[in-house]
Amino acid sequence: MAPPDPSLPQAPLLEAVGATRQLPEGAVLVRDVNLAFGRGEFVAVTGPSGSGKSSLLYLLGLLDRPSAGHVALEGRDTAKLSTNELAALRLAKLGFVFQFHFLLPEFSALDNVEIPIRRLGRLKGPAVRERAMALLGALGLGAAARKLPEQLSGGMRQRCAVARALANDPALILADEPTGNLDTANAAGVFDIFERLTREEGRTVIVVTHDPDLAKRATRRIHLVDGRIVSDTGG
Amino acid sequence: MFLMIDIARGMLARRRRQTLVSVSGVALGVAFFIAIVALMRGFQTYFVDQIIDVAPHITIKDETRIPAPQAAELAHPDAAVAIRGVKPRDRIRGIRAAGDKVAMLEAMEGVAAAPVLQGQALMRYGSRDVSAVVTGIEPARHARVSNIEKDMIAGRLDDLRRTANGIIIGVGLAERLGIGMGDTLTVISPQGVVLSMQVAGLFRTGIQTVDQGNAFALLKVNQVLQDRPNVVNQILVRLADVTQAEPMARLIESRFGDRTESWEEQSANVLTVFVIQNAITYSVTGAILLVAAFGIYNIISTVVFEKTRDIAILKSLGFTEGDIQVLFLVQGLVAGFLGAVVGCVLGALMIEALAQIRFATSTPSGANSFILDRNWRIYAAASFFALMAAGIASVIPARRASRLDPVQVVRGAA
Repeated sequence: MAPPDPSLPQAPLLEAVGATRQLPEGAVLVRDVNLAFGRGEFVAVTGPSGSGKSSLLYLLGLLDRPSAGHVALEGRDTAKLSTNELAALRLAKLGFVFQFHFLLPEFSALDNVEIPIRRLGRLKGPAVRERAMALLGALGLGAAARKLPEQLSGGMRQRCAVARALANDPALILADEPTGNLDTANAAGVFDIFERLTREEGRTVIVVTHDPDLAKRATRRIHLVDGRIVSDTGG
Repeated sequence: MFLMIDIARGMLARRRRQTLVSVSGVALGVAFFIAIVALMRGFQTYFVDQIIDVAPHITIKDETRIPAPQAAELAHPDAAVAIRGVKPRDRIRGIRAAGDKVAMLEAMEGVAAAPVLQGQALMRYGSRDVSAVVTGIEPARHARVSNIEKDMIAGRLDDLRRTANGIIIGVGLAERLGIGMGDTLTVISPQGVVLSMQVAGLFRTGIQTVDQGNAFALLKVNQVLQDRPNVVNQILVRLADVTQAEPMARLIESRFGDRTESWEEQSANVLTVFVIQNAITYSVTGAILLVAAFGIYNIISTVVFEKTRDIAILKSLGFTEGDIQVLFLVQGLVAGFLGAVVGCVLGALMIEALAQIRFATSTPSGANSFILDRNWRIYAAASFFALMAAGIASVIPARRASRLDPVQVVRGAA
């Protein structure tokens, strides 16, 4: 992982300033959210259904743009960036894990992890495969690397999705209900991985979940109701 | 870029049946295009070759396009005077100083010229009367401007000089008269001259109007028959480069003032038919390719619909709109390319199958099968159109795919 930029000592890794997301039809999904995340934080975002957890995550993950306020990544305001520039930032600096694994069904686990590495193009030739194999190996998928997603179990698929999110060594992992479709043991396994990523590798993980037991494992818990932050504890 | 092609290939490989359908649609379109165009162009090329072969490339006539300036026009050069229906001057018709003009033309590079006198005559054999055009030629010179020698099925052009009052007639004319080699017939000109002439040769060009209504005699003999001593009313020109006929004709006309027509001008009626024929050919084959293109459009659209999630995930991973467009454009182009390759093979097979067909009746030209153009350019054009159609057909769904909002998709799935 790249060391923190010394020229920006004060800038948090990710920051939302007055971020509001309103649909064109008028419904407000996220209301005036101010948040800052440092490196190595393990954040759980909780709240009832429809409280705007996922919408907030999409704003933080630069998948969506706030209708008011802004989101800054490494101190850089992203509001004025073009769609392609946002895509480039997502590719190089962010990793996503969704409730459904969203692996490409035509490609093996290994190919799925290689795709973002090849798209970024920082690694070339055999280095791409080595990196993908190392990631899968670290997540216990070394033996299943050549299998298609449909040949993997639910837990393995989600771990493969995590490996893909880590493909380009991002400082920030965003997960939207990553354990929603997993049994307790597998869900705990995914959270074990997240813990390791934050504690040992200094990455920041932001997880949306509605499972209070899993949320307790995070170092910081943000609770949302109706798009507003009602509590922000730990950290 | 290679990455996008890899992903496209992976997506196509997993949908073999659909891919097969779109590929075979394009292949059929390409094959029909190749076969029909080969048929049409083969026929047209043969026909044009026949015209160029039989007719002179350029004909200089003893006419002018514009009548000589009239007194009223000369008197008022600046006035708006228009005179129509000027009666041709009553003079001895013919190309003036024809000998000098032929010599001048012959002096040019790649140009052969021959003077002729052409006139109507009535052929009488027994009780049959058939009207025909008699062309008076100088055999040695004429052989250089016309391929009639090649079409002779009996006798030779030179035989005209060996036979007293010899005449060479088309086979169609001979059949209508019921006459054969060596027979003697009576030829009567509009001037009232009657000559007894002996058939010294027969020719078959394959063009019925020529075979049924043309005869050749020595220039001197025809001048006697037409009662126009020393007169030449046409100069026939043949060029080494046939494509230069039209500009050369204009050049000659501007120099000599005599009306000069290229073979294109003389065959304008046939060439116009070809233009219409081509329009029909290309619109029919174009329609087939269009249907094939709709097939591709349909399938890429379906794929985009089915792959909504994959598009969303690729975009969330950081793939740009351009990447997604390329991804689906490549899939359409691959289908188009495979279709073009299969279609070329199929088209070649269809051409060979058409070549096997024999007609029961033999045409005057002696051909009883299709004349086919096996030019590689047809294959290239068909493949090019197929790729174009495939590209255009996949652009629309590809653009739609690239505009998908990943948030909408992920939200819907969650």
